[in-house]
This record gives sequence, structure tokens and C-alpha cells, in this order.
Amino acid sequence: MNADFTADDLAFQAEVKDFLEKEFPSAYRKKIDARQRLTKEEIVDWQKILFRKGWVAPNWPKEYGGTGWSPTQKYIFSTEMGLVGAPEPVPFGMTMVAPVIMAYGTEEQKERFLPDILESNVWWCQGYSEPNSGSDLASLKTSAVRDGDHYVVNGSKTWNTYGQHADWIFCLVRTDNTVKKQEGISFLLIDMKSPGITLKPIVLLDGHPEVNEVFFDEVRVPVENLIGEENKGWTYAKVLLTHERTNIAGVPRGKRRLGSLKRQAAETDDGFGGTMADNPNFKRKLAEAEIELLALEYSELRTLAALTVGKAPGPESSILKIVGTELAQSMDEMLVELAGYGCLPFLPEQYEEGFEGEIFGPGNSASAALTYFNNRKLSIFGGSNEIQRNIISKAVLGL
Amino acid sequence: MDFSQTEEQQMLQESVQQFVRKSYDFDTRNSIVSTEQGYSAEFWKLFAELGWLTVPFSEADGGFGDSAVDLTVMMDEFGKALLVEPYLATVVLGGGLIAALADEKSKGELLPPVMSGDLQLALAASEHSGRYNPLSVETTAQVDGDKIILNGVKTAVLNGINASYLLVTARESGEVSSKDGISVFLVPTDSSGVNIQGFTTIDGRSSSEVQLEAVSVGASARLGQPGKAAEALLMVNEKATVACAAEALGALESMLHKTVEYSKTRKQFGTSIGTFQALQHRMADMFIQCQLARSIVIRAAMKIDSNESTVEKTKAVSAAKSRIGYAIKAVGQEAIQIHGGIAMTEELDVGHLFRRVTALDIMFGDADFHTERYASL
Repeated sequence: MNADFTADDLAFQAEVKDFLEKEFPSAYRKKIDARQRLTKEEIVDWQKILFRKGWVAPNWPKEYGGTGWSPTQKYIFSTEMGLVGAPEPVPFGMTMVAPVIMAYGTEEQKERFLPDILESNVWWCQGYSEPNSGSDLASLKTSAVRDGDHYVVNGSKTWNTYGQHADWIFCLVRTDNTVKKQEGISFLLIDMKSPGITLKPIVLLDGHPEVNEVFFDEVRVPVENLIGEENKGWTYAKVLLTHERTNIAGVPRGKRRLGSLKRQAAETDDGFGGTMADNPNFKRKLAEAEIELLALEYSELRTLAALTVGKAPGPESSILKIVGTELAQSMDEMLVELAGYGCLPFLPEQYEEGFEGEIFGPGNSASAALTYFNNRKLSIFGGSNEIQRNIISKAVLGL
Repeated sequence: MDFSQTEEQQMLQESVQQFVRKSYDFDTRNSIVSTEQGYSAEFWKLFAELGWLTVPFSEADGGFGDSAVDLTVMMDEFGKALLVEPYLATVVLGGGLIAALADEKSKGELLPPVMSGDLQLALAASEHSGRYNPLSVETTAQVDGDKIILNGVKTAVLNGINASYLLVTARESGEVSSKDGISVFLVPTDSSGVNIQGFTTIDGRSSSEVQLEAVSVGASARLGQPGKAAEALLMVNEKATVACAAEALGALESMLHKTVEYSKTRKQFGTSIGTFQALQHRMADMFIQCQLARSIVIRAAMKIDSNESTVEKTKAVSAAKSRIGYAIKAVGQEAIQIHGGIAMTEELDVGHLFRRVTALDIMFGDADFHTERYASL
């Protein structure tokens, strides 16, 4: 047993570090450090840099433009990305819809959609959740009724992330009401410019309209946009959900955040002549978070090592999701604690795309509570942490 | 990167599993606990024949290779079986300290009988006022002509009543908790002035309190240079800490397994209690705790076997013991709670596993102690 990288892996790690050092634009790095949002153009620009390097889709098969990396190389890549704060490609196209198109799409669909996803020419968003279908996703009601060579779609989707940027949406729609709920669902690709689609932004607790409600009113979708067979959409979506997701635990990002919390603690007065870095309670929380991060990192490495020797990824990803998100949320609490009064100003606009003025407040303290609020989503989305516990109790414990 | 077990580790694991399956069921274990010496001499000889007693010794010392990962593989299985034989006392602590400190001649005399199962040892290091700090030593060693006189009181001396020798830490110079000035003496347990008061621990092990009243030993009883034993003591302490953490790991996974199985058979309100989501999620959390604990204990063992600095090793050990201490409370208490009243009885093994992990949490420092030590490094 050892956790060492091979010489080849180390050479690869050096290559990745070198690439990020040179190619990840310092302007973006600065914005990310100041917790400002990148604009759509900046995100696309960064993804195109990755594309030109051939590194934008590590999880894609080589024939479609993937890297052909080993699981260890993928891990190194996402670790180095996380350590410098470089954003992973927006997942909706690259890691969510593309694998489904590859597995179940026709040749024509693959040629039509995959190259534009790889090149970041087309922005995708997700149409899964509905106002009355959250964790019980299979109860969804948005309907698609066949009318000649079109489907007519009616209903609404919610928690749609960055639909305001999107060109296309992949949706789960109901095509049969008469069977078991899982067996009447189809997987449909819809052009966001289609007549009858309207978007209503939802402003979240941090003041940012990160998500939308999407309404479909008699939207006509050509039947060639159906993926696979009608009424098999649930099966395809489940494959997507279990599709290997690298970096689900967020260890590199966690390390980066922990480092910044430590630096910040050393710069934050405790009110009695010392700093928060010497505060026994805070020191303890930092130590506990750091220890948890190590346990999480080695859990991820153990999962990865199992993948390397060809074992299938199991429900371990549920552990990584639960622990990774809860740990991230505990760091958000520490952020608020360090900010103190500094977290009280509610000024979300200064973190918005394109904000040019001076940021108010000492350091990033005015963003602390906003981050805390926003990251409450972590334990809710991607299958809530309760759903993950259901998966563990069923798939691992056999309950 | 490779987290799979070597062939030797697999054989070691299977060898312990086979022994437990064949010869060490819960009733057998309990009858061993109730004997005066608190372990089975017959099984101890068998452990020697199976090669288990050589594991934490280097090949140069005639051992299996002194790998912390190998040791954790074995301790993990010992934990599941609630083993009470004095492996930690004689082999890891006693033998480990002799291997680290003694000259070749003494090693040649003492280590072969340890590995052949013919010699029992006990480490008399802990003191009431020192809590979990092995460097806090009030016991004194005073040179008197060609003799050295030992005075002091030692606590939590595992296997004291069975040992032929005590390895006594005593201070020759320096302040109570200073690194310099600590020596280790090999003291025959039948020496005049040695008083050993044996007791059974909450988890069924044989332990003791030791009083040393003007115990006189020769200079040859001192292992290593005068006052220079601290490094070796700390190193052996780290290894024993990881061994305890690994033992707890096995016990916790066993508790999880037993709890899940019990919840599938125990019926209330007309259905098995394992169908209740309120319990399912708690068992899922127990599983998560076990997995995180396993990851960080493996990490600590790998660090000990690596070439990294002493500080990195110490940090890794404290991270592991701190984290498993948390898991011990979480998994242990839930196992009792989900079993309900039956786990409060001595009849069921789950309660005994709970006692074992409670003791393991305390041994070599609990979660709070190690979190603080981690933060201070």
C-alpha cells in the first residue's frame, strides 16, 4: 500500500502545473480570489483555452475528443485545477448531457451536438426538477405529446442553473401517463429559442439569480431531438446520475479554502489584542476541518485506486458527496465567523458580472454570508444528502 | 498509488480470520477473560507459530518487516474478534521499545523469546499526573554507585501481572515533562520493591498499577544512552497509537455489521426495524464514519512507513486518532441505541465491542488530546 505517484504521474503533474501557470488568465484568477463571478464570455474563453490544449473533456472517450487519461491522471488534473481555483468546465453539456448522447444518441445526434459541446460553442442547461418534483424526480409532470413529427411540450421546470446563458436544454418529460411513473419518461433535447419557452429568474438567498423557472407553453420539438427510445428516459437519466463525476468531494477546493481561512484567521483581530488564529475554539475548528479533509482525501484516493484496478465505482460517490458538501458548509460557517460584523452588509451587486467599482468592506468579508447562504444548496442538489443516505442504506447496507 | 493489500498482508489477514473463526468465538473469549492471567498461553504459542509475533520487527531483528500497514491489517482483525491476548503490551510496546533502544547483545537475548512466544513484557510508562503525555515522567532513577534506584508509580500497565520484565520509564534529569533525561530500564517483575496490582479493564484486558519502591537495578538494565530514550519512546508510542486505531476500526465495522443485521431481523410494529428511514440514515452515517476512519488510519500507517519527517508522521497519527475517536463515539453509541435494550446486556457481544472501543479511544490519548496535538504542530 502506498499513496505515491509514479514518475510518469509526477511528470504529468508538472506539465499540468506549468500549463495552468501560463494559460489560466491571471485576470480570472484575481476575480475568483475576490469571489467575483466570471462572465459567460470569460467562462467560455477559459473553456476554449482548455479545448485548444485538448484537456477540456478528461472523462470523454478519446474517439470523441477525450484525453485518454488514466484515473490517476484525471485526479491530478482536477486537483491542480482546484488548487489554483481554475473552474471546471460547466457540467451541463460536458459531463451531463454528452455522456447520454454518446451512449444512447444516434450517429446524427452525436455529430450534431458533441463537437459544439467540446468546443464550448453551445451552452447547455438542465431541465429535470419541477416545482412538485424534487427528490421524487420520477413524479415529474411536464408533458410531451406526439403530434406528427413533433412533440408538443407543456409544463414547467425549476432550479434551472444559468438558463439565461443557455442555447439548449435537456429535459425529462412525461410521454406516458398510464404506466408506472418511471416508465413513462422520455429524454428530450430542446432549443431554448423555440417559441413558447419563457424564463423567470429566481433570486436566491445570496441575492443572485443563479437559477430559473422555465415555462413550456405548446413548445414544438422535432422528434429527431428525442434521445433513444420513447419512455426510456428514466433509465438514461439514471446512467447519467451514476456517471463517474470527478472531483465530487471537492478536496482541492477544500484545501485552497482551508489555506485561505488560516491566512484570514491570522489577519483577523480577536478583540483582545490577538488574532483569531490563536483563538482556541477557532483553532480547534480549523484542525477538525483539516483532519476531515484528510479523511475525505484518502477516501477519494481509495475509490480512485479501486477504479484504477478496474473495479466499478460504487456507492462510495455518495459518501464523497455527503462528506464533501458538509465539510464545505462547515468552512462557510467559519468564513462567516471570521467576517463578524463585516458579513452584515448585503451588497450582492458588487460580486456580479461586470462590477467595476470598489468592493466594500474589509477584504472579502461582505461576501462571507452570501457564500454561506449560497452553499446551503450543496447538500440539497445533485441528489440531496438524504437521498445519498438512502442510496447507502439500500446499495451498501442492504436495508 | 496502490491501496490494495500485498500477498503477505492478505495471508496475514486470512490467517487471523481463520484462527478467529475456528478457535476464538465470543464464549471462548469470555472464558479467557475470566481466568486469572486474562489471556490464553496456548493461543499465545499458536500466535508465535503462525508468525504473528514477528510482524512489527525489522528483518534485521529477525522479524517480518516492521511495517505499520502490516500491523494495522492484523490489529483490524484483532478488533473484530475482541482479542484479549497481550499483543500490544508484549510485542508492539515492549518488543518495540527493546528493538528501538537496546544494544545488539540485549536484543539478541530478548527479541527471539518475544517472537517465539516465550517471554511476556509490559511497558510501565504512563503516570497519573502525566495523562497522555509519555514524556511527563515523575518516576526517578538515581545512580547509587554501580546501582540505579527507581522510585515512582505507574498506571495503565497492560499485562503487568504476566510479564517477566517491566520496561520502566524513569527520569534521570530534567524537568517533569522535558524530553531530555528520560531512560528506559528493564526491570524483572520479581525484583524487590516492585509491587504490581493487577485488574481487568473495562474491555477485558489484563492491566495493572505498578509501584516502584527503591527498586535497585544494575546499569546494564538501562536500555540505550542515559536520559536519551524520549525519541524511541515517542516512536513506539506513535506506532502503538495507530495499532489501537486500527483495532478500533475492526471493532467499529463489526458493530456496524451487527447493527445492520440485527435491524433486518428485529421486528416491531409488524415490520423489521431496518425498514424505518429514521434508522436507515443513522446506519448510513455509521457506515460513513467507518469509511472515513479507515481512510485516515490507513493514511497514518502509510506515513509511518514512509520517509517523511517525524512531524509529518506525528501529525498523521494524531489526525487518525482524533478522527477515530469521533467515530468511536458516533458508531459505538448508535450501535447500542439501534439495538436497544438487548445491547445493554453482557450477553450480547455488541456491548463488549462498545467497551473495547471506549477503552481504545482513551488509550494513547482521546480525540480532544489528539486534535489539540494536531493543531499545535
